[in-house]
Amino acid sequence: MNEEGHHPAPVSPVEQRVAALEALLTERGLVPEGFIEEITRRYESDIGPLNGATVVARAWTDPDYKQRLLADGTAAIAELGFGGAEGDHMVVVENTPAVHNVIVCTLCSCYPWPTLGLPPAWYKDPPYRARMVREPRALLAEMGCRLPGDTEIRVWDSSAEVRYLVLPERPAGTEGMTQAELAGLVTRDSMIGVARL
Amino acid sequence: MDGIHDLGGKQGFGSVAHSPEEPVFPGPWHAVARALMTVVAGAVEASGGEFRHSIERMEPGHYLTSSYYEHWLTAAATLAVEHGLVTRAELEGRAGGRFPLSGPVLAPPVVDAGPDVDEPRFGVGDRVRVREWHPPGHTRCPGYVRGKAGTVVRVDGIHSVPDIEAHGAARRREPTYSVRFDAAELWRDGQRDVSVHVDLWDSYLEAA
Repeated sequence: MNEEGHHPAPVSPVEQRVAALEALLTERGLVPEGFIEEITRRYESDIGPLNGATVVARAWTDPDYKQRLLADGTAAIAELGFGGAEGDHMVVVENTPAVHNVIVCTLCSCYPWPTLGLPPAWYKDPPYRARMVREPRALLAEMGCRLPGDTEIRVWDSSAEVRYLVLPERPAGTEGMTQAELAGLVTRDSMIGVARL
Repeated sequence: MDGIHDLGGKQGFGSVAHSPEEPVFPGPWHAVARALMTVVAGAVEASGGEFRHSIERMEPGHYLTSSYYEHWLTAAATLAVEHGLVTRAELEGRAGGRFPLSGPVLAPPVVDAGPDVDEPRFGVGDRVRVREWHPPGHTRCPGYVRGKAGTVVRVDGIHSVPDIEAHGAARRREPTYSVRFDAAELWRDGQRDVSVHVDLWDSYLEAA
């Protein structure tokens, strides 16, 4: 019992399995002190969609940068200090009024970590992976992204080493905004391609 | 293998449980499971292919009814047992109950990987067809494009073939391509203005 007099939440079977593997690996000296905390902190704090939003805002305001970004995504993203695991081979795909791009990984959960962080649960779950390659127009509409009927849809299944980032269209009426203000408009979903701004 | 993980195009799934944002880890054990996979993969020097295949070998019912980091936990424990870091009896003893692991590797170890392919066989605009085959081991060729024809839209770098690296120490490197498939060609359902691009290794393809 804790101080408030409540029973602690029961430990679930999966938590017991995690604890068992952690204990056995630690006893064998395979888990360095503080390793789990450090790796968790890194994924919770150091990477996330704000990095991708910074890339997008720069592309919106600097035509030369946008050209470099579309020609060699990895190098242009590295200019802003982002790169590393699951971002070593980046391809940026541009939305236009006529073309909408969306990314998926049907086989597992490939996702551009340095620019978007770790993928959300729904991106890794079966419904998204099964349906986005088969009925993207219907699934996008279901997720709130309604496109004119004549918009071309390009789905990108991240099945090899390339990771994709969608460059969304800059919203109208944002001419006077700074790069930082623009970055604040860019959502994670718009860079996956399940939303338009 | 034609495993449950190969989900592209499968029907009957419902709506996507979409959320605009959420915590990186839904609870502490998810983060620990993730870190333990990093520990095990490092200790056994697992390639990316071997890591992914250890998830793909999960029992299909378990795969579909467990969360993403339970996949990682199951795979980490499986690799730890297969490489002799721990035993299943130790895991079950500590967990106080059953500890489901992934099924056995069905493919034989790769001894001779064959020569690297340094020059792309195909260029942008070439028509290609995906081989129609059912390898028993790991592959990154989704089932829904096998036997289908598409057009190369991008030639990428030279990369280690996952089908080889998942099954031993041998390695072969080949070009990869992004191939555009018309959705109507994939699904025969008359969709218009929809294309699906899949990134494929050289040996998955033949000229169309």
